[in-house]
Amino acid sequence: MSHAVTDTEHKPYQQHHFENMEQQTQSTLLGIWLFMAQEILFFGGLFAAYTIYRILYPAAWAAGASSQNVFLGMVNTIVLIGSSVSIVMAVHSARHDDRKAILKWFAVTLLLGTVFFGIKAIEYGTKWDHQLVPGLNWNNEHALHTLQEHAPKNVEITELPKGIQIYYSLYFVMTGMHALHMVIGFGLAFWIMAKTAKGRFNSEYYPHIEYFGLYWHFVDIVWIFLFPLLYLV
Amino acid sequence: MNEPTSKPKPNYLTSGNTVSSWLLTVDHKRIGLMYLLGMTFFFLIGATAAALFRFELATHDANVFANDTYNRLFTMHGIIMVFFFLIPAVPGVLGNFLVPLMIGAKDVAFPRLNLASWYIYMLGGTFTLAAILLGGIDTGWTFYTPYSSVYADSNVILAGSGVFITGFSSILTGLNFIVTIHKMRAPGMTWMRLPLFIWAQYATSIINILGTPVIAITLLLVVFERSLGFGIFDPQKGGDPVLYQHLFWFYSHPAVYIMILPGFGVVSEVLACFSRKRIYGYEFVAFSSLAIAAIGFFVWGHHMFTSSQSEYAGLIFSILTYLVGIPTAIKIFNWVATLYKGSILLSAPMIYTLGFIGLFLVGGLTGLFLATMALNVHLHDTYFVVAHFHYVMVGGMMMAWLAGLHFWWPKMLGKMYNEFWARVGAVIIFFGFNFTFYPQFIAGYMGMPRRYHVYDIEYQPFQMLSTVGAYFMGVGLIICFVTLVSSIFKGKPAGKNPWKATGLEWNQADSPPDQHNFTSPVKVDVEAYDYTDERIYQDT
Amino acid sequence: MNLFAVKTSPVAASDYADEWQNLWGYLIGVSVFFTVAICAVIVFFAIKYRRRSDADRPEATKDGKLLEILGSVIPFVLVMIMFFWGAKLYFDARMPPKDAIEILVTGKQWMWKMQHPNGKREINDLHVPVGVPIRLTMTSEDVIHSFYLPDFRKKMDVVPGKYTQMWFHPREEGQYHLFCAEYCGSEHALMVGRLHVVSPAKYEEFLSSGGRGAMAEAAASDDPVVAGKAVWEANCVVCHSGPGGIGPNIHKAFGTMRELETGESILMDEAYVRNSIINPNDDIAKGYPAAMTSFKGQLSSTQINQVIAYLKSVSEADQ
Repeated sequence: MSHAVTDTEHKPYQQHHFENMEQQTQSTLLGIWLFMAQEILFFGGLFAAYTIYRILYPAAWAAGASSQNVFLGMVNTIVLIGSSVSIVMAVHSARHDDRKAILKWFAVTLLLGTVFFGIKAIEYGTKWDHQLVPGLNWNNEHALHTLQEHAPKNVEITELPKGIQIYYSLYFVMTGMHALHMVIGFGLAFWIMAKTAKGRFNSEYYPHIEYFGLYWHFVDIVWIFLFPLLYLV
Repeated sequence: MNEPTSKPKPNYLTSGNTVSSWLLTVDHKRIGLMYLLGMTFFFLIGATAAALFRFELATHDANVFANDTYNRLFTMHGIIMVFFFLIPAVPGVLGNFLVPLMIGAKDVAFPRLNLASWYIYMLGGTFTLAAILLGGIDTGWTFYTPYSSVYADSNVILAGSGVFITGFSSILTGLNFIVTIHKMRAPGMTWMRLPLFIWAQYATSIINILGTPVIAITLLLVVFERSLGFGIFDPQKGGDPVLYQHLFWFYSHPAVYIMILPGFGVVSEVLACFSRKRIYGYEFVAFSSLAIAAIGFFVWGHHMFTSSQSEYAGLIFSILTYLVGIPTAIKIFNWVATLYKGSILLSAPMIYTLGFIGLFLVGGLTGLFLATMALNVHLHDTYFVVAHFHYVMVGGMMMAWLAGLHFWWPKMLGKMYNEFWARVGAVIIFFGFNFTFYPQFIAGYMGMPRRYHVYDIEYQPFQMLSTVGAYFMGVGLIICFVTLVSSIFKGKPAGKNPWKATGLEWNQADSPPDQHNFTSPVKVDVEAYDYTDERIYQDT
Repeated sequence: MNLFAVKTSPVAASDYADEWQNLWGYLIGVSVFFTVAICAVIVFFAIKYRRRSDADRPEATKDGKLLEILGSVIPFVLVMIMFFWGAKLYFDARMPPKDAIEILVTGKQWMWKMQHPNGKREINDLHVPVGVPIRLTMTSEDVIHSFYLPDFRKKMDVVPGKYTQMWFHPREEGQYHLFCAEYCGSEHALMVGRLHVVSPAKYEEFLSSGGRGAMAEAAASDDPVVAGKAVWEANCVVCHSGPGGIGPNIHKAFGTMRELETGESILMDEAYVRNSIINPNDDIAKGYPAAMTSFKGQLSSTQINQVIAYLKSVSEADQ
């Protein structure tokens, strides 16, 4: 590969409206960071609602958090961090033009993502069984019973704390939005894997892989906030 | 490239005539025109709703519509006009068409994303239209909880989803513009040489990216609460309906600047051209846009002085609101100073622009009334507020939009409209507008609450005047519409630079421009608005 | 129609409304001055500097700082006056005087329910005596409403799940507008009442008769204090009165600070009582077990309000 890139040299992957490759690279990079900024604000709205209600209803938050399965949450956190590592490996492989390794590491990432979904499904299922889904399947007595069962030893819960439905509503919305982002990530991953298999990337040009890495890290970081906020408070 | 022939030069309109060459185009200019069509369609729906309820409002009793019908009409007017006309109009149409042309780029940074934005906008519009056709929505454009999330008996979910979806069109367009303005400027196009229209689009895009996601998630929460029965804002489940208002206005106040800042940009361009002067205090005007965008994020609570939010929070919101007024005042002073010793031509776009300054001035000053806490308590949720934001949104934004549409019409379509009728339309709209909304200030001052179709008879003279004025303004809009549309068929060819304006779009691109915007490489060696440069006056 | 017969200004029905008018006048002055001045300059320039020939090439004006400085400083000073004046008036308007008569207001789609101190109720009409400050304690049964008295320049949202307050001081007998200012659904425009400011004698007469008929006075349950006493004795007295009860003695404690198990203390006010009845475990009194169960669903909002009224009436705290 020639390194003397001039304005007139037109790489096959340079889009015609850009003057040169550098402009294209910088533009897409700025674009993905702006996209991240809007993602932060999107979750920011949820975190704002979370903060307000956490201050209003500390008892509901304490009871709700202790009803969570911290072990499963912890496993999921580790799984997601693992998937972050594997996607870093995919980017690393792209830098070294190793197509097989890219596909391998993407597959690992997706596998870990699937494990995450599996565990999440178990957690959702448990909440459904305990009738802890506001609006859809909620039962005050059953909910109270579950909360009492899971309460720490020094805390006695005699009645449903105020705002408990809000805790669970926010739990489902926040983890649901996070899961939705992972689903979108899965779609993007398949698309990029297909492009990789067709040989569209090389060590000089692999923005899709790099930006997917950024996106996936972002989704992980959201979870790393959600886990203590929803499970450990 | 095409062989030189006797035929007219090919341009972006003639390059490809199939339907798919339009629907799948990634050309920012064609996408701009597609926005123009979509937006005009939504504008007509919103305007029809207004025409209908103005008829009802002429008299104090209910004589045409049932309560629910009236409520659905004003909600439809608000949602359509705010989310499908005011917010996307200038960025979607003029921004798409002009941002690359003005900075000397071949296209926006992400052309396919740009096309996707249009489809997202239309999809959101389809949802909202479906909500209207399937029985309407009656929450007001503000979707206040718990009415919207629990009590309302109308299509909140569909309409909320429509607004949610169309929000992503704003976000992606904003993202596209910021990257384009940062990375795609032609050699020599430094930041301080950028037309003020670009500065305004830049400030708008920042708000779009940082504000729109918040309303997206907020409306999603309303939809979840309503459809699944989640408890977020419902007081029955311990929720706080006032939290909704905080989240809503966190976006929707900056959204006011999303609507008006692009208008500021248009006004600066037109004013400079028709007084043949550089905009006075260019840097102040440019940075005041950014200042407004920044401060605008911290004033949302001034919509909530009577909502039971803390009085001390109210103090902060009140004082910050006045601070937004300062950069706005600076803009107005600089525009007026630009006219000084100019060579002023009262063409149709210039009439709209000068009208804009006057009306926006009234809108801005009445904003001070509403920022004043004690006055706000009385005026909040009355017709005073209705009149205030129509002075800003219609007197300001719509006048600027029409100024821009007339100004760049020859560039977009290559045809001149009939100047006489365009001026007649502009004058009628200006007076009709004042007739419609000035009386509403008095009605509101006297205490008439908004969203009332049955009201005390003492407010009737003002509502009657307002209705007459609205139809008068409607006549102006029809004249304007017919003038522009007929120019497509009968208008004279515009030539490259009919107004003798500065700017790359006038001096380096044809009318209509080539598919790739510029036929020769672009290099910028002049400051913005250099009307002493003889080159712009030469015929080409 | 005689145009001059058209009213173009609202009635000023209190001293506060007069002060409000002064502030309004200041803003009108500033606005009219700038609107007229700027529009006049624009028209003047548009005529004086009109394009006389297409060959006109005006010289560029050099940017100066003077306009920008004056253009920021003068508006800044003018708006700061608005801010301080407006904020002062606003805070005055939010502080109810101690001797105000308290009336309970409940907003409901689409009516206003009022209850006077002696239990007399009315719907959409509100009778108050002239010359006495009136304090309204308001809540909503469903959506957000807003209690608006334009002639007094006052308005306050009525929010479900919260108590909000407003007050006014009528100075002249007469009838005044009362509107719902927050859109609340189908019949929002019809959620209109009337404020009747009457002489103290007439008010007394109204309280003891009038309105919904002579039974109002007779029916003990119409008086929130009387009705509240009954609720209290049926539900609360066993635990909450006298020393040695299961719960703290709060019989005469309304308006005092209560110590909590967490070490904090909290004011026993309307919201506290209501919340303690519905969510007893939110604030556990110091030295007592969290033994109380929720009365949500057992006591209606009206009954809770009655208990509150009763507790207020027997309170020894000076409110």
